[in-house]
Amino acid sequence: MTTETTAPATEPILAVDNLGVDFWVDGEWYPAAVDVSYEVRPGEVLAIVGESGSGKTQSSMSLIGLLPANGRATGSAKLAGRELIGLSHSRLRHVRGNDVAVIFQEPMTALNPVYTVGFQIIETLRTHREIGPKQARERAIELLTMVEIPNPELSVDKYPHQLSGGQRQRAMIAQALALDPKLLIADEPTTALDVTVQAEILKLMRDLRHRIDSGIVLITHDMGVVADLADRILVMKDGRIVERGTADDIFNRPQHAYTQQLLSAVPHLGSQSFSQDTVVGTARVTERARPAAHGSAEGGADVFVAKDLVIEYPKRGRIPAFRAVDGIDLTIGQGEVVGLVGESGSGKTTVGRAAVGLLPVVGGSLTIGGHEMRGIGSKELRQVRDHVSIVFQDPGSSLNPRLPIGESIGEPLFLHKIAKGAELDRRVESLLDQVHLARGMRNRYPHELSGGQRQRVGIARALALSPKLLVADEPTSALDVSVQARVLELFQELQREYGFACLFISHDLAVVEILSERIAVMHKGKLVEQGPREQILRSPEQDYTRRLLSAVPVPNPAEQRKRREMRDRLLEEAAARTGMRKTVVSVDEIEAAGGGIQTRSDTNP
Amino acid sequence: MTQTPITTPPPPEDATERLENAIELKEVEGLSQGQIVFRRFVRHKGAMTAAAVLLLVILLATTSIGIGPIDGWWQFDHIRTHPTAIPGGRPTLQVGLDGITIGAHPFGQDDIGRDLFARVMFGTQRSLLVMVLIGVLATTIGITFGALSGFFRGRVDTFLMRLTDMVITIPIIVVGAVLGKAFGGGNAVLLGLALGLVTWTTMSRLVRGDFLSLREREFVDAARVAGASNGRIMFKHMLPNAIGVIIVNTTLLMASAIILETSLSYLGFGVSAPDISLGQLINDYQSAFATRPWLFWWPGLFIIIIALCVNFIGDGLRDAFDPRQRKIPSKRKMRQG
Repeated sequence: MTTETTAPATEPILAVDNLGVDFWVDGEWYPAAVDVSYEVRPGEVLAIVGESGSGKTQSSMSLIGLLPANGRATGSAKLAGRELIGLSHSRLRHVRGNDVAVIFQEPMTALNPVYTVGFQIIETLRTHREIGPKQARERAIELLTMVEIPNPELSVDKYPHQLSGGQRQRAMIAQALALDPKLLIADEPTTALDVTVQAEILKLMRDLRHRIDSGIVLITHDMGVVADLADRILVMKDGRIVERGTADDIFNRPQHAYTQQLLSAVPHLGSQSFSQDTVVGTARVTERARPAAHGSAEGGADVFVAKDLVIEYPKRGRIPAFRAVDGIDLTIGQGEVVGLVGESGSGKTTVGRAAVGLLPVVGGSLTIGGHEMRGIGSKELRQVRDHVSIVFQDPGSSLNPRLPIGESIGEPLFLHKIAKGAELDRRVESLLDQVHLARGMRNRYPHELSGGQRQRVGIARALALSPKLLVADEPTSALDVSVQARVLELFQELQREYGFACLFISHDLAVVEILSERIAVMHKGKLVEQGPREQILRSPEQDYTRRLLSAVPVPNPAEQRKRREMRDRLLEEAAARTGMRKTVVSVDEIEAAGGGIQTRSDTNP
Repeated sequence: MTQTPITTPPPPEDATERLENAIELKEVEGLSQGQIVFRRFVRHKGAMTAAAVLLLVILLATTSIGIGPIDGWWQFDHIRTHPTAIPGGRPTLQVGLDGITIGAHPFGQDDIGRDLFARVMFGTQRSLLVMVLIGVLATTIGITFGALSGFFRGRVDTFLMRLTDMVITIPIIVVGAVLGKAFGGGNAVLLGLALGLVTWTTMSRLVRGDFLSLREREFVDAARVAGASNGRIMFKHMLPNAIGVIIVNTTLLMASAIILETSLSYLGFGVSAPDISLGQLINDYQSAFATRPWLFWWPGLFIIIIALCVNFIGDGLRDAFDPRQRKIPSKRKMRQG
């Protein structure tokens, strides 16, 4: 934190004073941000932390005039002494890209898919500077080298879909840095990425802040992300700044209740006590009853038995069949919660979808509740579905937008002819009670609910038939951290009550730790490691597991630094082993050297 | 079933959770998807005006000369001849300083003394009937084919889409002419049905595209896991989500249907005497254009009004169903607030 000591000497790049953002809805102004004031100095990282809807994004976008048409900004924001609020559109256009650059959340949508990465960087350069196409190209390659994209001379001519999610985000950063902006706004730059890729991007940003002289505004909802990166932190809630201070102050001496809540909401590894006498331990009676060893043949007692399971996506036209899951063995006993962890494209979701019969099993065997899923007929599948259900990742798309949520929840009951009419209503109401939603909400539509509420509805629907096996496919990864904490709590409570077995799929080890008794780690369609939670988290045997573990951010600057260093060491070792140059630091490259090619898009799990 | 209902009220932190996207939700509070669409449609001034005008035209055409056996309030019918009110059979409708005078034959009379107003009204009825028939039939066939091929894909899709291609390759005006001549024999109902059999292609293509993307949505998977049959998934889950495309395309289809009907009738392949349609009227009177131009203008005016109105309504519906279409408040209004 060298900048902290030098900071007072330099003039702030950005001085925001009493900034307000309002939206005009139905004849009234609704405030989205009120009385926001802060300063950013060169080389400094200011993190703005808050949940969705806290006004953190809108207040930053108002600086460069990117508010929706019904929004307005008031107050003052001076960029190097120049007032930004109320600037005309043509002037603002000059500011954007030139003085202020933005890194957006979703690199796949923020990059134009029909142009090469290089073209988009060159475009930025040539709109603002008088520069020849050749020079611009050279500069683009230079920038791509700076953000550590492998083979920048080749990557410059690649289209966004040819890059992995992490590389795309790097390209976005290169584009943002093209004109040496005075201010860089990073709007949730890692939220759409896997934990391991997130760690890479955070590392890059940390390196960059020393190399460029820009002020960085980092917008995020995740306290873990900012722990090791931010110098100063603003915490926003409902459009107001509730707390501000240095990273050290916020993490070690949080004053406001909301900050404390945000901090505690981040699941961090090692938070669970592994001893049996804790509340968590006693709640899981089944844990002790079950042998820890996997693959034990217990016959009918296990609700999910995979033996040498192979699942393929069938070939389409010229694209050959893709083997997403390649020979895994996994067993889940009654009432047991097994966490399945891996990066995007590792095949973990595929296993979950096969368990509920949404994908056919190609090879090996998968037995769900005594029914063999390989080549299963539609009648038998119906019987299987009496006992299994699934909670999807994105609650926004897994609920039919045209059905009131009560109807969505009641559908399994109705279709299995378990309840009808008034009885159905009663059951739906009791399900709503159980996921802590008001009964009156049953007539609402999905678009009227918040993300967390929608996911509760998804859970209620999955529980409608009191399943023996519940597949939870990243149920919390689309949610804010604080909402995630609440949903996880609810999930635990329900698991205790219903006693269903659960295949909990997630890319986040910290989340899995809270819920699972056993953890299985998947990588590129294969099961890398599995075992009891304690073993996987405390003494992992495989490098890959260790790397995954070290990538999880922890909301504590000191500890996060330690973890980052450990991770760098791991990567260097791995690089040395695969016989690569010492300078190579990205997981992508090591994996490419290992022979694997990422066939599926990172952002599309 | 170990269900023990917990009746604890939602925890207090739920209130903060609701605020998450509170501002965006202000606009849609307590409304169903349909109500939101209706609201947006009502705000579309062009479409609302068009709807009102179309309603007026329909009312005028049906009440004035009546439908079928029911008599209307207009004294003349479209067949009988009458002595000319003004020499040359010129329209008696006059808009002057002393107000509007309607007279005996407001739209004028033709060369044998028939009342043009009654004939135009009758033609309007016929044209509207053909339009609705084409719309309903083409929409039904289009939805069925499109939904089946989009949902089942594979062989069903290939077969239905090649069938669609086949129908598309034949110029519609030629098919319409042949079918109209063969089955219509001048009858408006049969003409409408025949044309409906060849105009469903666009609809089926669009519905197929929508179904192809909808079947990849997670709520379809969710319904499947819940145990829903293919039929239920198609009609309960997917069709309501495709309704935007369907309604919008139906209105556009109807607008082109009325043009198709009039052009066929004008060419003499559609509705033919003694039956009347707007296109047939123009065809009938084309030789009189130099001497009695109003015989040409009045039916033409009604064709334009109807086609425009239906198009405008379609426009409004498209905007209403498009979630990205937000009403942007005017600068002035925002300043007042």
